[in-house]
Amino acid sequence: MINKVVASAEEAVKDIKDGMTLVVGGFGLCGIPENLIEALVRRGVKGLTCVSNNAGVDDWGLGLLLQTHQVRKMVSSYVGENAEFERQFLSGELEVEFVPQGTLAERMRAGGSGIPAFFTPAGYGTQVAEGKETREFDGKHYVMERGILGDFSLVAAWKADRMGNLVFRKTARNFNPMAATAGKICIAEVEELVEVGELDPDQIHTPGVYVHRVVVAPRAKRIEQRTVRK
Amino acid sequence: MPLTREQIVKRAAQELQDGYYVNLGIGIPTLVANAIPEGVEVILQSENGILGLGPFPAEDQVDADLINAGKQTVSVLAGAAFFSSADSFAMIRAGKIDLSILGAMQVSETGDIANWMIPGAMVKGMGGAMDLVAGAKRLVVTMEHVSKKGERKLLKACTLPLTGVGCVNRIITDYAVLDVTPQGLKLVELAPSVTVEQVRELTEATLLVEGVVPEMAL
Repeated sequence: MINKVVASAEEAVKDIKDGMTLVVGGFGLCGIPENLIEALVRRGVKGLTCVSNNAGVDDWGLGLLLQTHQVRKMVSSYVGENAEFERQFLSGELEVEFVPQGTLAERMRAGGSGIPAFFTPAGYGTQVAEGKETREFDGKHYVMERGILGDFSLVAAWKADRMGNLVFRKTARNFNPMAATAGKICIAEVEELVEVGELDPDQIHTPGVYVHRVVVAPRAKRIEQRTVRK
Repeated sequence: MPLTREQIVKRAAQELQDGYYVNLGIGIPTLVANAIPEGVEVILQSENGILGLGPFPAEDQVDADLINAGKQTVSVLAGAAFFSSADSFAMIRAGKIDLSILGAMQVSETGDIANWMIPGAMVKGMGGAMDLVAGAKRLVVTMEHVSKKGERKLLKACTLPLTGVGCVNRIITDYAVLDVTPQGLKLVELAPSVTVEQVRELTEATLLVEGVVPEMAL
């Protein structure tokens, strides 16, 4: 019987080793695998490369791994909300590769779908294109970007079944479906585990083939900017 | 008198046409959502995965799983759709988004835009700006015509690191509306009581003036 459910976040991340590359879902603090990140903090692995749109905030999300100096390199599109990140970056402790947001999403998607590289117009003529192959197609200029493949992907989903089928909720989907495909082993932390057959096959966002481990764990879901109607 | 922030927003809102799919950047462009002209229905895109972005939620409707690209809690309108970041930038890259309105630090006379990085200052990253400027069908920039120190920002060539090359269509400033043309920046409208000479003085880029330049209708 297929059962991808593991007992705890600790168990799910137990074979993540020093120096590995992790592809992590989430946008800001929305839809981040917060329990898996905390388990990595406790595990203490070092020298990680984290591919993630953002780097959390000082005391939450990937910011926690920065506080403990477990990250060697970040591959991100925007890291503006994190003072510790800034300090480590400016002092040279932390390497950063800035990638345009759409390019980052597509690099994960390509990596997870057997496509080693692709051409995108984003970044042509800018420092993002420096050192990269460029080509003209139908009169427009494009930059070649590589697919990303990580050792592990860490994602957060709303619902899952023991087969690893995933459903995301609202904008917590963001980078998670692509991140899920871009790791050799994908660990999903989910809010709710449902019986096999309960998820409508028409509504599944990430089919279980991509997902290797499922951890059921409630998320605190911190809000970065709480804005309300007056 | 140069336009106030609110007047720039109002002028920028006139760029919206019925049926448009629109992405609004952070800052002044975001405020354009509050000034959509009557009778115009547009669908707002948020690049973290929403078509049909609505206003900020009521206090009891706040949902941590529902934010905009500025990481603010939001709501969605009837008919909205959620999708992944890859799908979001697929529609941007493929030109399905009719209009993007963004802020800028500098724009060149050939439509180059710089809006993501000041060397020497903290670099936060470009987010989705490079994808948006390269992909949107039409790119309108809202910006102040000169910096707070009085430095010109509409230049022959940008001095700051570029976000994109040859991608700006129109610039709306507190002094004027200008279109990027193969010959330079064409003065399309003037803010009330602003003169062509004032704009010329505040613009380093080649300025094209044809006939009598109309005043903005605000």
